[in-house]
Amino acid sequence: MAKVPVQFTLNGSEKAEFIESGTTLLHALRDKIGDTSPKGGCHQGTCGACSVIIDGELRLSCLMLAETCSGADIQTAAGLAEGGMLHPLQRAFLDAFATQCGFCTPGMIIAAKVLLDHTPNPSREDVVEALSGNICRCTGYEPIIQAVLAAARANSQNAA
Amino acid sequence: MELRKDYFADVRKDGLNEIGQPRPRLDSPGHVTGKTAYFADRNFPGMLHLKMVRSPHHHARIRSIDTSEAEKHPGVVRVLTARDVPHNVYTILILIQIGPEDETVLADGKVRWKGEAVVAVLAETERAALEAAAKVRVDYEVLPAVFDMEEALKPGAPVVNEYHGQNYYLYDSGECRKVRFGDVEAGFAQADHILEQTYQSSPIEHAPTETTGCVVAPEGNDRFTCYTNTQAMFFTLDNASIILQMPGSKLHFVGGTVGGGFGGKVDVIVEPIAILAAKLTGRPVSFIYSREEEMQISSPRAAEKVVIKDGVMKDGRIVARKVIGYTDAGAYSRHSPYGAQKGAAHYPGPYTIPNVWIDTYCVYTNRTPSSAMRGFGVTIGDFALEVQMDKLARLIGMDPFEFRFINAYRDGDMKAHRQPTEGAALIECMQETSRAANWPVAEKYMAMSSYRKGA
Repeated sequence: MAKVPVQFTLNGSEKAEFIESGTTLLHALRDKIGDTSPKGGCHQGTCGACSVIIDGELRLSCLMLAETCSGADIQTAAGLAEGGMLHPLQRAFLDAFATQCGFCTPGMIIAAKVLLDHTPNPSREDVVEALSGNICRCTGYEPIIQAVLAAARANSQNAA
Repeated sequence: MELRKDYFADVRKDGLNEIGQPRPRLDSPGHVTGKTAYFADRNFPGMLHLKMVRSPHHHARIRSIDTSEAEKHPGVVRVLTARDVPHNVYTILILIQIGPEDETVLADGKVRWKGEAVVAVLAETERAALEAAAKVRVDYEVLPAVFDMEEALKPGAPVVNEYHGQNYYLYDSGECRKVRFGDVEAGFAQADHILEQTYQSSPIEHAPTETTGCVVAPEGNDRFTCYTNTQAMFFTLDNASIILQMPGSKLHFVGGTVGGGFGGKVDVIVEPIAILAAKLTGRPVSFIYSREEEMQISSPRAAEKVVIKDGVMKDGRIVARKVIGYTDAGAYSRHSPYGAQKGAAHYPGPYTIPNVWIDTYCVYTNRTPSSAMRGFGVTIGDFALEVQMDKLARLIGMDPFEFRFINAYRDGDMKAHRQPTEGAALIECMQETSRAANWPVAEKYMAMSSYRKGA
């Protein structure tokens, strides 16, 4: 099988790999680069566990071909904490008891980050809409919604 | 949160310093940073991928299996059939002496449900394993199948599982689990009203976000490390030891992190075959269910049918209850005989009924084997019982909540399986519920107590 080169920025670091043509970004990140924070739940774009941010937009890495990501700026949940300090969303998920088994959590946090980046003061409906592509099977949606709203409030207080 | 410390003050210590206190979960820092290691987050150089060839038929005899084309497929390392499994017929509960062994790791001579594992293919890549699996040729002679529990119990129905010899699990109490208490017919004769209702449920899939699977790495010392998302670590270790005919000291299981399970990961399905594959190839092996397999192959909650006949007095007392419960085990036992047995213990409900007669059957059909899921054996029963309670209350024109106070078991009451009730607290729970839900009940019920002096 022919290998193709891909080069992108992952959480601020340059990455370069030769991958089999047709490899998904999810597989490239997890199996080649070793960032296992995006999770493979359905591999068909319905569960959201593999969500990543590509050039500022929310993307499902199980449906992205890695070879189309050359030159992209990719962010995952593993890169959100900076200098040993949790991102406000991570802190809010901890405080709001918004994780149960944790498998959906990185995808949830990524989806929430894209929302807050675009809409710093979201309504509850905005949060529900933004998380609607992410499935939590431990039925923990309400604490997750509360965590995102709390992170947004903390952000706006910091800004003020 | 306010703790009601007056309940059971005499039987418990008051030095509690954890209950009622918020504590951060130990695993959540890993969850929010994406650092929690699930089994599939382990990646080993040279890892092989295992894919199953599965039965397309509900019930069929296997005339022949031809794996020659699959073995020639580029990337294929090994193909496994029933002959490769040291102890191919097993059952999970054999560990607690519940037999007979009735399920094959890889089908041998026969398949009993659509999706049953027949041949395991090991290849360098997932894609090669899938392509090679499609090249395995299995010649089936399709047999008549049975899907309905009552059909399966009729004389002359196709026998689903020869290891049982009949389509029900044979308990030591006979063809079903039985509870007999008082004289149920005398109870019905005395009752002012009799209500018989039938409740049915469908199988329910747990659908965990993380699919079932494991990753096995051979260690240099003839030991195998199995990273798994099982919810039943020692069931899995011990059953793998039996199936592989290997001492448990050769098996090192690493688990504890489960990406959703809800009972769906207590069966011993993926680990033994993956360890065998690692042993026979000397290479790490990954066996992960696709989402489609998770939905179609993993054991669901059993379909159940519950027939409840109650005799009730005008004043609200239930005087007789007769229940026949059917649990659809599918083709193999897994945990279903236990689930059906739990139902037998549970059908009297948290109520004191003087005359009780219960039969629960664990029935084999050519459907996906069912197994544990959150309170299995009692969840559907509770649904049925509580709907029945509402119907009974309506029948005698009584408030359904007050009706439950009248029948609630209290300390010292004898339960139908002859275990005296202790520490019931049901009355107190319902009193709190009455306040919290703003559903007032008559003062005499608020004055009741589960606790009886001397009980």
